Amino acid sequence: MSDPTTPARRPAWLARLASWDVAVIAIAIVVLLVASGTIDNFGTGRNYTFLLLDLLPIALMALPMTFIIVTGEIDLSVASTLGLTSAVMGSLWNSGLTIESIIPLCIVLGAVLGAVNGFFVTVLKLPSLAVTIGTMALYRGLAFVVLGDSAVADFPQSYTSWVTGTLGGGPIPNVLVPLVILAIVFGVVLHATPIGRGVFAAGASDTAARFAGIRTGRTKFWLYVVSGAVAGLAGVLWTLRYSSARADNGFGLELAVVAAVLLGGVSIFGGKGTLPGVLGGVVLLSALQNALRLQDVSNEALNIVTGVLLIISVLLPNILFSARAALQRRRRRSPSPKAGALAGAEQ
Amino acid sequence: MNATKVAAPPPRQASPGERRSVFGTVFKARESGIVLALIVLVVFTATQNSRFLSGQSIRDILLGTAILAVLAVGQAVVMITRNIDLSVGSVLGLSAFAVGTMLRDNPGLPVIVALLAGLVVGAACGLINGAVVRFGHVPALVVTLGTLYAFRGAVYFWAGGQQINADKLPRSFLDFGDASVLGIPWLVLIAVLVMVIAGVVLRNYRGGRELYAMGSSPQAAQLAGIKVGRNTTIAFLVSGALAGLAGVLFAARFGTVDAAAGTGYELNVVAAAVVGGVAVFGGSGSVWGASLGALLLTVIGSALAVLDIDQFWQQAIVGALILLAIGADRLVAVRVAKALKKRDSHV
Repeated sequence: MSDPTTPARRPAWLARLASWDVAVIAIAIVVLLVASGTIDNFGTGRNYTFLLLDLLPIALMALPMTFIIVTGEIDLSVASTLGLTSAVMGSLWNSGLTIESIIPLCIVLGAVLGAVNGFFVTVLKLPSLAVTIGTMALYRGLAFVVLGDSAVADFPQSYTSWVTGTLGGGPIPNVLVPLVILAIVFGVVLHATPIGRGVFAAGASDTAARFAGIRTGRTKFWLYVVSGAVAGLAGVLWTLRYSSARADNGFGLELAVVAAVLLGGVSIFGGKGTLPGVLGGVVLLSALQNALRLQDVSNEALNIVTGVLLIISVLLPNILFSARAALQRRRRRSPSPKAGALAGAEQ
Repeated sequence: MNATKVAAPPPRQASPGERRSVFGTVFKARESGIVLALIVLVVFTATQNSRFLSGQSIRDILLGTAILAVLAVGQAVVMITRNIDLSVGSVLGLSAFAVGTMLRDNPGLPVIVALLAGLVVGAACGLINGAVVRFGHVPALVVTLGTLYAFRGAVYFWAGGQQINADKLPRSFLDFGDASVLGIPWLVLIAVLVMVIAGVVLRNYRGGRELYAMGSSPQAAQLAGIKVGRNTTIAFLVSGALAGLAGVLFAARFGTVDAAAGTGYELNVVAAAVVGGVAVFGGSGSVWGASLGALLLTVIGSALAVLDIDQFWQQAIVGALILLAIGADRLVAVRVAKALKKRDSHV
């Protein structure tokens, strides 16, 4: 109901979205090229390694987040899930468990945390915004309960150096391999399987999707489970990368994840978006952040850029749509209903 | 607004007058629930440690509640219109730092100027939120998540690493944070004043009722001739201005302001409003409830300290309370829907 599109305009809308993806990917490439040419130290292999390592947790969590936002829901708790997983990982390591058993446990923990979100959203049918704000506070709070403000640092060298290491000593980090595999799996599932079609259908109209035989509740529940598990994996990789388990790991990262997904052309109202576009959004966001960091902009000040990008990426489609609608109106010289007049007051 | 009928005598058709009194009882039911929880908590804590009811402790609780309640009142106004303002913590920080800097550089300024300056800074931030939500037709969640980090980033950018210490602030301002009139601290008086004004406007004035109507059904409100866009902007303006005011109170109370002031407050504020019975779906709730929620949260924080429970539990409890409150609301709504269905089938 928040969607200003009418069925008759769908092809134009789709075509524009397709070009939005392409545009984001193109801009990301341009930014990479320009920054490599103009900013000292940006174009070095070492910096590309850091860029990819920085982008990894955002990209990982953006994959399931894309699915969730396409279904019209949201998960603000991913960064807190990362933090809690990291804290638990440190605490388990301190208690003497082997890293080989800790890592799967942490991913399962993430899945359980996601299942809690899924339960509240799909079984109790509560708004995902409120639920995940609640679990965002709850999981971060539990992370501090588990680990306090101490840090656990002595993780085994073989694991930490694999996470920070690169393929054959080149610029590509080892951890890019699982990311690429996951990205391909998520991309194929979203765009080439019935599950993916169901996700889009649920986002376009939950009721219509249910009448079409899609179990939207079950789909959403499992999306939250997957989102939690991936956030758990991101927590493990984060901890190993910095060789530091802390309760405040990944604080505020949900902003970057949501910003990257929306920047990648996924509609906040659900039903639209592509995974390549999201990956383009992740690269664009990370490249900008990296370039600014090289200019000695502090992390906190960087958040201005991320926050503004987030707002622009939801504003721009609506502005473009309004402009297009106005143009069409003028061409037809006949009035059409004002697009999205009510959308502003809706969640 | 369905929840208002929960205690209605079953098969009778309620007249408007009756409905108001029923509204009153249910309304009180929610608040008496919080009051009950408060009493239990206070009695339990006091029996464990008499220090809890000392003058200083009560004073601290009241001062903490005053700041949180001012924020919660603003949040209630926004949430009643079916929006949310996640940026309040950052607006508080921006306003506290702006006012702190102003007073440091002009020690002669009277307190009232500081209060007005805070209101203006906050209102400007609120206007940005409101304008983007209104004219961009984008969900408030995304906009204010963006400005949450953008405003915070702006404070960091401005402050760098500097901190405004109490010895740099004028004596009169610090006294204001400490002084009382007739035994009631100024901060509490201001919070009560804000509550009363907002409460009366929301309950008895056309503008206030329009906000409830918008929250119950934006479309219906639009069709009824309510200026939904304008009112949305005003709601965000109020929330921003109150967050700005809270920033001044924060600076006066703590005397020390750095760029991190008020970080994470938004979760407490949302929790206070939701626990106090302000519906996430909009259309119901009161500033009294939100303020009681603020009191409850502050008392919990204080009780944790007195009972020697790890302060780290505070945030986890905030998250759990959010989930509990929205879960309880949902349960009531489902019950009411069932009861109404039954009644309708009899009539």
